[in-house]
Amino acid sequence: MATKSLKARNNDIANTSRQLEILSNGIFADGELPTFAAKIKETNQFPLRPKKLEILQINLGYMCNQVCEHCHVDAGPDRKEIMTIDTMNQCLEVIKNTGAHTLDLTGGAPEMNPNFRWFVEEASKAGIKDFIVRSNLTIIRANKKYYDLPEFFKKHNVHVVSSMPHWTRGKTDKQRGDGVFDKSIKALQELNAVGYGMPNSELKLDLVYNPSGAFLPGDQMALENDFKKALKADFDIDFHSLFAITNLPISRFLDYLIASENYEDYMYSLVEAYNPAAVKNVMCTNTLSVSWDGNLYDCDFNQMLNLKVASKVKHISEYNEEILQNRNIIINQHCYGCTAGAGSSCQGVVA
Amino acid sequence: MSKSYYDASDLRKFGKITEWNEELGNKFFDYYGKVFEEGALTAREKSLIALAVAHTEQCPYCIDAYTKDTLQRGVTKEQMMEAIHVGAAIKSGATLVHGVQMMNKVNKLDG
Repeated sequence: MATKSLKARNNDIANTSRQLEILSNGIFADGELPTFAAKIKETNQFPLRPKKLEILQINLGYMCNQVCEHCHVDAGPDRKEIMTIDTMNQCLEVIKNTGAHTLDLTGGAPEMNPNFRWFVEEASKAGIKDFIVRSNLTIIRANKKYYDLPEFFKKHNVHVVSSMPHWTRGKTDKQRGDGVFDKSIKALQELNAVGYGMPNSELKLDLVYNPSGAFLPGDQMALENDFKKALKADFDIDFHSLFAITNLPISRFLDYLIASENYEDYMYSLVEAYNPAAVKNVMCTNTLSVSWDGNLYDCDFNQMLNLKVASKVKHISEYNEEILQNRNIIINQHCYGCTAGAGSSCQGVVA
Repeated sequence: MSKSYYDASDLRKFGKITEWNEELGNKFFDYYGKVFEEGALTAREKSLIALAVAHTEQCPYCIDAYTKDTLQRGVTKEQMMEAIHVGAAIKSGATLVHGVQMMNKVNKLDG
């Protein structure tokens, strides 16, 4: 199990242009597989354009208490990129005027940003309807100062979305680190105790499943049933929905695919599972991603590949929704990850 | 020609069998797809049966395909190993139960 980010290890893959080179060369350069652009051209979906903006996804920093095997953010305790209060203020200005109804806070562990609570309180005052925090669960048990997070989330009616790769300890710890399963279970029980995830509760608790290796997620509904049955029977845990998310071939997962000699087979699986119906609803068509330093991206994955929006407006300080919405979405071969099978997004399947 | 009888990348080309006989090929794939749909058995149960049979048939393509398929359905490696023991038990049982035939013959010839 890795304990450092690729960046701290000076791994070649930490270089985003190297990742883009890998995704553009080999089987895609020699025509063995069609590029994503060629594929969406078949159904006249090129260029990909945004629809109505619904979700503003803000990355509060890459610092995390965990170092998960396949993290697309390459997050970890050694990452020091954290959103400053100045950038948060710029985000708040946008939140007050945006047409988006959902604010989606992510990281790293967003709770590790020292101004996280202040930001949630201010954004709450600004009147966002749906408020998502992507919490890794273990943060709630990581330090005393986080123990009251469930109460804090409840106070602001935050919709909690948490990663949980499997209902067994072995598979969860292999992917997310030793001890993560037990701490996650404890955190889920604490969230349940304040009302999160209970049947008919307004306090929404959803789980995110992503595969532990070089394979695609199975049927979201079937997995949700399996998770519900097992977590209820073993730990008396309740939650609302399960989002099945496909691992995109970038960052640590790309490094893993190459090192384990699964890269080509995985890309074949993604291309074979390509579903044109999923293209219509890919999340970049209704989401904007803001990085810790205020730059704007089509999605969290493009953020990690350092592919800023193709617009005159590239930073939150110069935000203009009308200009931004009139742009072409930047695509590359990693986009096949969002269009495989029933599709994949931060909210689960899309088709 | 390839140097070995089996090539892992041939599995991806399975669909191409329709190119030499479209009607029968399509009928087979329609049937195959239908068999694995959710029914009185769940798709997950069917996948585990397929994994066990893949081993008793000793089909490397099927083993690759259903190891991946069961993983996608959240099956654990403990469950996968138990499933193939079921296949192995039937295989060895099928061998050994013929021992009764041998015993009958011995009793007849040399009883």
